Amino acid sequence: MIGLTQVYLLAGLVFAAVAVLSARDASNSKRWGNAAFWALLALSMLAGDRMGDLGNGVLVLGLVAIAGFGGLGRGQPADDSAQRQERAARHGNRLFLLALVIPLTALAGTFLFKQVPHLVDPKQVTLVSLALGALLAFVAGLTWLRESPVVPVEEGRRLMDAVGWAAILPQMLASLGAVFALAGVGQVVGGLMTQVIPSGSLVAAVIAYGLGMALFTMVMGNAFAAFPVMTAAIGLPLLIHQYDGDPAVIAAVGMLAGFCGTLMTPMAANFNIVPAALLELKDRNAVVKMQVPTALPLLAFNIALIWWAAF
Amino acid sequence: MNLWVLIGIAVMVGGFMLRLNPLLVVLAAAVSSGLAGGLDLLAVIAAFGKAFNDTRYVSVVWIVLPVIGLMERHGLQERARSLIAGLKGATLPRLLTGYLLLRQATSALGLTSIAGHAQTVRPLLAPMAEAAAQPKDEQEAEQVKAMSAATDNVGLFFGEDIFIAIGSILLMKGFLEQNGIVLSPFELSVWAIPTAIAAFAIHAFRLWRMGRRQR
Repeated sequence: MIGLTQVYLLAGLVFAAVAVLSARDASNSKRWGNAAFWALLALSMLAGDRMGDLGNGVLVLGLVAIAGFGGLGRGQPADDSAQRQERAARHGNRLFLLALVIPLTALAGTFLFKQVPHLVDPKQVTLVSLALGALLAFVAGLTWLRESPVVPVEEGRRLMDAVGWAAILPQMLASLGAVFALAGVGQVVGGLMTQVIPSGSLVAAVIAYGLGMALFTMVMGNAFAAFPVMTAAIGLPLLIHQYDGDPAVIAAVGMLAGFCGTLMTPMAANFNIVPAALLELKDRNAVVKMQVPTALPLLAFNIALIWWAAF
Repeated sequence: MNLWVLIGIAVMVGGFMLRLNPLLVVLAAAVSSGLAGGLDLLAVIAAFGKAFNDTRYVSVVWIVLPVIGLMERHGLQERARSLIAGLKGATLPRLLTGYLLLRQATSALGLTSIAGHAQTVRPLLAPMAEAAAQPKDEQEAEQVKAMSAATDNVGLFFGEDIFIAIGSILLMKGFLEQNGIVLSPFELSVWAIPTAIAAFAIHAFRLWRMGRRQR
């Protein structure tokens, strides 16, 4: 059955190839740092399940040591914009067909793979489709554009260098969430929240629930981590049991209030920090700043919606 | 109640404010909260390692970069720019509002991974937005690119919860069930619709204002 194992194998091979090309990148004065960083990530993808928990922990220490103390550099990309213009004119709009291979494979995979649960792990349809789309586009691109396989990997290395340490920040934050859960951070925050709400006021409880969801999401970087804490602390005991609110509205709109928090925090790195790195923006927080004026009125709307629709 | 476990949050906030390397800050936060929660150092590192291994799927998205780089080498961004520059009515607000609508609609059908920052924003949407906006200087160009990424996020977040089999709906259903409240996914997902409409209205209004400012 095709599932995570095969996807991780492919990812491991890609990172390993990037590591090799990094080591050969003479224009990067810190090339060995880059090579070691991507090699460790490749090792994690390829052999993480056989390394034990402590082994993986040491691997993380290595990644953090390289990136945290300035071990990552960036090569000088050859700027051939004239050549790109010329090629763009020659290929015309057919380039968009190639760009559509990954989205269309994701689309087709979402529907088709669910029909063959013995072939593709139904829980991993999204990732398998993404990996398959990347492979198909890779092969189609090489065939059509007549490039050697080294060329796309070299281009991939260039982009990975641009992303740098931000590439593993989302995974690091997800792991931090797990350690926070182990240490009981959620219960403590939930306990504090129940103490600050004035008793007897429905409006205050609704506002505390909505704001708390957004704020705790900003701290954790993930509404999924905030939802059980806030719902257990305020949603269930106060809004649902004491004030007899509609649980569907309270849960669903409460989660969306959390999503407003996701828009406003650098902790949601894969949505907010990674795109700033990918787009090579100077200000790491440019995307967050752009989102705050949408998130705040929407948070107010969500809180009002809970108050109006649930009671 | 052991308030000391909150020290990790303080480390996070402080580290980000001091602009230290975020990877260092995250690890320091995990270690300090873990120690305060009664774990020993090796146990914290092992717990972090286990979680890191369990969440590898988060970093799989980078496998699309070689293909994206190949297409960029052959002028995908330039092509996206000239396509938009050749369309007369293609203004920044129209382009991004159209994308917002498309992203919300496809996410509402569960098709969350057909677009994204690596797959569509960097190679297609951001260059198109730049061509439509024709920014006057570097700073304005940065804003246009950041707004392209922001529009993708808003479209995804406030579309996906309308789909009944998305992770957050299943999480809510599971959590409520553990607490004795049985709801169907549909009863939850239908309540994502009013917020989806409000998100579209607010963000489209901001895009319209951005277009007017830049004219």
